[in-house]
Amino acid sequence: MSAAESRAAIEAPNAVAPDAEAATLLARSGAWKSWEFALWGLALAAFFLLPSKLLLLNDIAILALFVLSIDLLLGYAGIVSLGHAAFFGFGAYAAGIFAIHVSGDPLLGLLVAGLSAGALGFVTSFLVLRGSDLTRLMITLGVALMLLEAANRFSFLTGGADGLTGVTMAPVLGLFEFDLWGRTSYLYSLAVLFVLFVVARRLVHSPFGLSLRAIRGNRLRASAIGIGPNRRLVAIYTIAALYAGVAGALLAQTTQFVSLDVLAFHRSADGLLVLVLGGAGYLYGGIIGAVAFKLMHEVISGLTAQYWLFWLGLILVTLVLVGRDRLLAGPRGLLQAALARLPGKRAP
Amino acid sequence: MVSGSAPLRGSSGMTAQETAKDRMLTILFDGVAYGMLLFVLACGLAVTLGLMNFVNLAHGAFAMVGGYLTVVLMSSYGISFFLCLPLAFLVTALLGALFERALYRHLYAKSHLEQVLFSIGLAFMAVSGVDYFMGARQQIVQLPPSLQGRIEIFGAGIGVYRLFIIGVCALILIALQLVLTRTRFGSQLRAAVDDGRVARGLGINIGRVFALTFAVGSGLAGLGGALGAELLTLDPTFPLRFMIYFLIVVTVGGTTSITGPFLASLILGIADVAGKYYFPQFGAFIIYAVTIALLLWRPYGLVSREGAQ
Repeated sequence: MSAAESRAAIEAPNAVAPDAEAATLLARSGAWKSWEFALWGLALAAFFLLPSKLLLLNDIAILALFVLSIDLLLGYAGIVSLGHAAFFGFGAYAAGIFAIHVSGDPLLGLLVAGLSAGALGFVTSFLVLRGSDLTRLMITLGVALMLLEAANRFSFLTGGADGLTGVTMAPVLGLFEFDLWGRTSYLYSLAVLFVLFVVARRLVHSPFGLSLRAIRGNRLRASAIGIGPNRRLVAIYTIAALYAGVAGALLAQTTQFVSLDVLAFHRSADGLLVLVLGGAGYLYGGIIGAVAFKLMHEVISGLTAQYWLFWLGLILVTLVLVGRDRLLAGPRGLLQAALARLPGKRAP
Repeated sequence: MVSGSAPLRGSSGMTAQETAKDRMLTILFDGVAYGMLLFVLACGLAVTLGLMNFVNLAHGAFAMVGGYLTVVLMSSYGISFFLCLPLAFLVTALLGALFERALYRHLYAKSHLEQVLFSIGLAFMAVSGVDYFMGARQQIVQLPPSLQGRIEIFGAGIGVYRLFIIGVCALILIALQLVLTRTRFGSQLRAAVDDGRVARGLGINIGRVFALTFAVGSGLAGLGGALGAELLTLDPTFPLRFMIYFLIVVTVGGTTSITGPFLASLILGIADVAGKYYFPQFGAFIIYAVTIALLLWRPYGLVSREGAQ
């Protein structure tokens, strides 16, 4: 494939690929594996199997979507952000304020929240294009702190430190009323997560996704073969912000409350931890990490409610020092042995 | 901070113009004191970052240790504030050396993401550890009488404590500059920051240079924490609250010299004090905005070779 052709393929993801072989390769890497169906089946089955844990499951789905958006940024584009909660919180406040002042329709609120967080992401994306990793850490953290400061100041709009109360949601699609046990909430969040996941999956297996990986691998070489990094980084930053905004909106809508906590620093740090726990760069890291993280949180909070932060720190330190691969070698070996026996494991 | 100066001057014959000018001088002075304190707190981070390209977000934890050590030593053992300062330096320096040898040195080769996660983890543990042992409330340091009160210079009321901070920080700055430019160790350190690989090729033991620098940097943070315990609001969230300030100093100042971080600290200190005084409704908003603007202008810091990293 010549350079010009590959460039055409990268720039126009939906056009017919010039090289049939490349198209086949792309399709193969993007094909759904059997364990993926099993995972989503499990997520749906949890609704029936764990009726008393639906609120927790809803939390997991929202966290998974938030971490999915970090994965798009970090795992694919290689941007380390310390302030991704900015978009989560912006989306949450947008959804809450929209529900109070305009309309209680959940899907419309989701759209508004996602688009406004995406717009914020687009504007701030130009700040992270230049400089070193350290500059990016500083700028992303700074943007999140500025938003936190703003949310605290404009209390007439956001409720300030007391939080935004009085969010009432209409039934989803006019049919499913939100209930106390989280039945509608979980299915709603899971459906949104699934749809956005499928979109993200399509995105990262497209030529656009491959070009992002090239930029992460080596920015200079990527530009040398005709991949313009800046436009792509702006695009993925905007998309990731939109995803995080939708996750925040889900939290605002299903809990019908928004507090300053949605913008807090520990949320960004949690997101990074969850992603590293689950593994970056294959999209499922967010979901698997979110399940593991929330379960750990449940268990540890049950033991010592007050000092969760200490254990969180200990997990982070151990995870980095020991290394995720060595830490998970045992469970993963068992999983792979089990998967190897599945008939559907053959490549399609 | 300004009301104290008015009775000293006497109210007769003072025009509004003069008051505003005096107020500005006082704010400038407070800002310089705050900025110099920030420099002492953050300079260790700047050097270790430039040396090993290692992002240590737990740097504030060492400063907190210095602050709490002072509180405990003064209240429980009755040790004088002036004696606590060198003690805080020594203890945190030892602690830094210990952590560097035991934990940090395994992380130099790892990615920035892993360094960030690791050091955030350490900061979290420090926050809740201090919360567990000392409680979540703010700690008060009872300053010795000789540091209380204020004097008048050029018509501006100036706190003795702040003057003391400026004096100590200036001494530290001069000492650092002398060590860096005049000693053998200083030239080894500068060589290692400029190009670690070549420095290693010349036979400089970078690991040793780094361990020593890390220890001194942590010690300075501890000293800063002790010195500023009264000014900086000492409570368990200290490492997280000041993480952003340290990052600002280091990113805006650049990591290739100590002039850069010093300049950045002064700008940050003055902007923060002035911003909070003149525009209290914006809070910390101003410094974040200034920082982001500065970084847009010079993404690798004020004093740096473009694209050095």
